Amino acid sequence: METPENILARLQAAFPSAKIELLPNGCPSQPPSLLLDPAFACEIATFLKNDAALRLDHATNVTGVDWPKEGYIEAVYHLFSMEKKHGPLIIRLRTANRDTAVVLPSLTPVWRSADLQEREIFDLFGIKFEGHPDLRRILMWDGFKDHPMRKDYVAPDDFEYEPTAHDDVLERAQQHFSKNA
Amino acid sequence: MDTSFSSQKEIDARERGGLGTERLEVAFGPHHPSTHGVFRMDVVLEGEKIVSLKPVFGYLHRNHEKIGESVSYLGIIPYTDRLDYLCSPTSNWGFVLACEKLAGLEAPERAQYIRVILAELTRLVNHTCLAGFLAQDLGAMGTPLMYAFRERENILDLFESLTGARMMVNYFRFGGCRCDLPEGWLQGVSRVLDAYSKFLDEFEALLTGNEILLQRTQGVGVLKADLAINAGITGPCLRASGVNYDLRKVDAYGIYSRFPFRVPIGEHGDCFDRYMVRILEMRESIGILRQAVREIPAGPIMDAKAKTRSIRPKAGEVYGRIESPKGELGFYLIADGSPSPYRYRIRPPSFINLTVLEEMCLGLTVADAVAILGSIDIVLGEVDR
Repeated sequence: METPENILARLQAAFPSAKIELLPNGCPSQPPSLLLDPAFACEIATFLKNDAALRLDHATNVTGVDWPKEGYIEAVYHLFSMEKKHGPLIIRLRTANRDTAVVLPSLTPVWRSADLQEREIFDLFGIKFEGHPDLRRILMWDGFKDHPMRKDYVAPDDFEYEPTAHDDVLERAQQHFSKNA
Repeated sequence: MDTSFSSQKEIDARERGGLGTERLEVAFGPHHPSTHGVFRMDVVLEGEKIVSLKPVFGYLHRNHEKIGESVSYLGIIPYTDRLDYLCSPTSNWGFVLACEKLAGLEAPERAQYIRVILAELTRLVNHTCLAGFLAQDLGAMGTPLMYAFRERENILDLFESLTGARMMVNYFRFGGCRCDLPEGWLQGVSRVLDAYSKFLDEFEALLTGNEILLQRTQGVGVLKADLAINAGITGPCLRASGVNYDLRKVDAYGIYSRFPFRVPIGEHGDCFDRYMVRILEMRESIGILRQAVREIPAGPIMDAKAKTRSIRPKAGEVYGRIESPKGELGFYLIADGSPSPYRYRIRPPSFINLTVLEEMCLGLTVADAVAILGSIDIVLGEVDR
């Protein structure tokens, strides 16, 4: 496969107004990733999928990464090509912040394999994917409020029900019920 | 015509020239035996036809990925056993492979052969059980599944004598394997293999030409190749749709490039092809195993550089993937130099293979949906994580 540097150059030529960046990977044997401009993500994804030399038709792994210190959440897509049998090309999208602007474009219209995985990111990380056909919680139940995979998630202190609570569980239960009383 | 005593529904039906039907919503699972665990489908039926099918996930969710971020790299290995609990050696391998790429380790020759032997035995276990479960789901009560389980026992005995556990093997380590093969273990593998070819012949005589199995699976749940690729379907389900994509060939991870096996490809992408591809894969696995048992060298089983307990990879990220019996099992790790990963993500094949379940079932009956789900081959430990 072409190097990510080459792909970056070709993308910049094809989408001159899009801001695309090459992010280095600390692991020397692994490829760097491309940080895409969310406004152009769908067009770039379609380009990568249809380009004759790349044909990245297999978006295998789609996941989120929370970076509380840096102040954003990432969606990471690992792209391979089943036709050309090469890959991976890693593309990333970043939200503007972690609470008020957590909207990213959905790439499900391009790669159907992102369908359930973007729903999972929405559920566990709280990124809202615009253009996703069916954005609902998937692993947690519908009434659940928080996003458990975020780094600053605090588990509720009364989830651990024991018929005869003792030690730290008992302590937590007492604190919980005294707070709620 | 006097319609004064008819209900509105009967009038509607008479105008359409037939009996009236009503839409019926069926909550299929999570405690239905043919959902292979705690999987649920919200099915809407019109008469017997499925007009909508929504999978409902999460009944076995324990946030495996969050747990992984709070334990050490070594501590994750036993958790990966619980992903696909029928095939724990391959789950081990996927994770260990990703860590080895991250830390720059390489397993020595002997360990590589042991890995291939365990992974292919696992493939035999998984595919045999899948065929048994599928027949059970189609109403062949008992016999095929018991035959499958009888053979699985022999392989689990091998796992037990090597690792101490029948299912949760916790055996692969970064840069090798936990312990060397016990005396006479390879002869045990050869004995199992000798019996296995005969068993497969018998199993196929029982199932493959069976008229009921053919009627229930041929032309049912057809998945077209382009949709399968776009939806990220991997493993035997993808190959049954006619796409030649096997990571043992494409990535040739480990030492798979040394084994001249064939990749079975289906033609129609229906339930029967998905069944048949697995039967043929088992025959190829037997060939791989025979060669591995013949060629395995003596030597160390751990990379001399490997520090199993105190592994702390430098900051960086890696995606490692293997061909597990169910499809592409990937592990995405982000290291930050600490003893546990910053991000630990599993790409579960059973979960993603369910993406187009609805498309495969539309217009068919509930009984067909059971066959389709059985032929996709899911394990809920991996779907819900």
